Amino acid sequence: MTLSRRQMAWRAAQDIAEGHYVNLGIGLPTLVSDYVPASREVVFHSENGILGMGPAPQPGDEDKDLINAGKGLTTLLPGGAYFHHNDAFLMIRGGHIDLSIMGAYEVSERGDLANWATNSDRLAPGVGGAMDLASGAKEVRVLMEHNAKDGAPRLRRRCTLPLTGRGCVTRIYTNLAVLDVTRDGLVIREMIEGLDLAKLQALTEPALSLANDWRRLVAPDL
Amino acid sequence: MIDKRVPDFAAALAGLKDGQTILCAGFGAVGEPVALIEAIIETAVRDLVVVCNNAGSGLTGVAALLKAGRARKLICSYPRSTDPQVIDALYAEKKIELEIVPQGTLSERMRAAGAGIGGFFTRTGAETELARGKELREIDGQLHVFEKPLAGDFALLKAHRADRWGNLVYRKSARNFNPVMAMAGKVTVAQVSEIAELGALDPEAIATPGIFVDRVVVA
Repeated sequence: MTLSRRQMAWRAAQDIAEGHYVNLGIGLPTLVSDYVPASREVVFHSENGILGMGPAPQPGDEDKDLINAGKGLTTLLPGGAYFHHNDAFLMIRGGHIDLSIMGAYEVSERGDLANWATNSDRLAPGVGGAMDLASGAKEVRVLMEHNAKDGAPRLRRRCTLPLTGRGCVTRIYTNLAVLDVTRDGLVIREMIEGLDLAKLQALTEPALSLANDWRRLVAPDL
Repeated sequence: MIDKRVPDFAAALAGLKDGQTILCAGFGAVGEPVALIEAIIETAVRDLVVVCNNAGSGLTGVAALLKAGRARKLICSYPRSTDPQVIDALYAEKKIELEIVPQGTLSERMRAAGAGIGGFFTRTGAETELARGKELREIDGQLHVFEKPLAGDFALLKAHRADRWGNLVYRKSARNFNPVMAMAGKVTVAQVSEIAELGALDPEAIATPGIFVDRVVVA
């Protein structure tokens, strides 16, 4: 049984450290903020000029001038601040953001990231803040389905799609596993029940290895 | 007496010409001067280069301007945002030139223009196809790409409150690109919700000082 999108977000949230300033990409990573352990104080950054971003508003508390990077309504927590775009990206580019969690189309075994262009001649590509985050955040982690809808591997020896950043990804959370990008390639840290190295390898293009202390990836029902 | 208030959109857009570059503030529709941008459609101006983070939402603001065929080129970071029907149609029919710029680079290019800086080297995008044709330089062991300033003939802003000096106060995340575009426009026009008496805006809260603003129009 593969992880649901919410379970994937939960797993990524468990690794966010106390006190970190974190930027969540649009789409699936946005869910991560719902699952940070309550004992940890984490400050979420939004590229449109917010630090201390909170959850989606309760009915009646919506403010049309307060949105997140995905253009959805959001809230500001006590201690939060507004600032303009240049400062928002100065924080990213200047290395002030501890962690970026982004979605991706593909990640290579060297940590190259492809998440901005699909080579479609029908739909325009859009980079948004992805390249700034890829080169500027202190650490970049990816949250994505292990395989494309047609089953094609999204973990690649080399990315087939245009790069967002080179060698920037350190850890990948998928619906099947948690993998680290190392000098020796991709290392499995966790796998869901029912998988072994051979089965996961069959779903992945580059060679995988298993961490000595690997464990089962078990998420709560969400 | 300094009074940057103008009575209507025609006065706000006076001097806008064919082929000029306009900086349109906003992140999605938040902070976007929708009425001011749509007022361009009432003029005969065309072949504009539009600089905006997105390509408008639905059929309003920048999307309406693009749909009316007034722009020959769009410079943006993320065209397919909320309801991208207009840019999708234009892109599929190859009716608009599109320059994709990383969002922080877009912002910094305008800051450079406003600050009198002749460009800058950044790591962002240096090892990607968006650096193609641009000068690359290794600085402290890391590859950087040279990015040029980006100025506008007009900058179109949306603010919450203004005074007659053009000092601007924004609301929450509607600030976004407004202050940096204000600096980079040769003529900077702000669409505002309210006019305050001079001295009534908290000086600690003025995010765009009036030196960057030429005209203020209430909408």
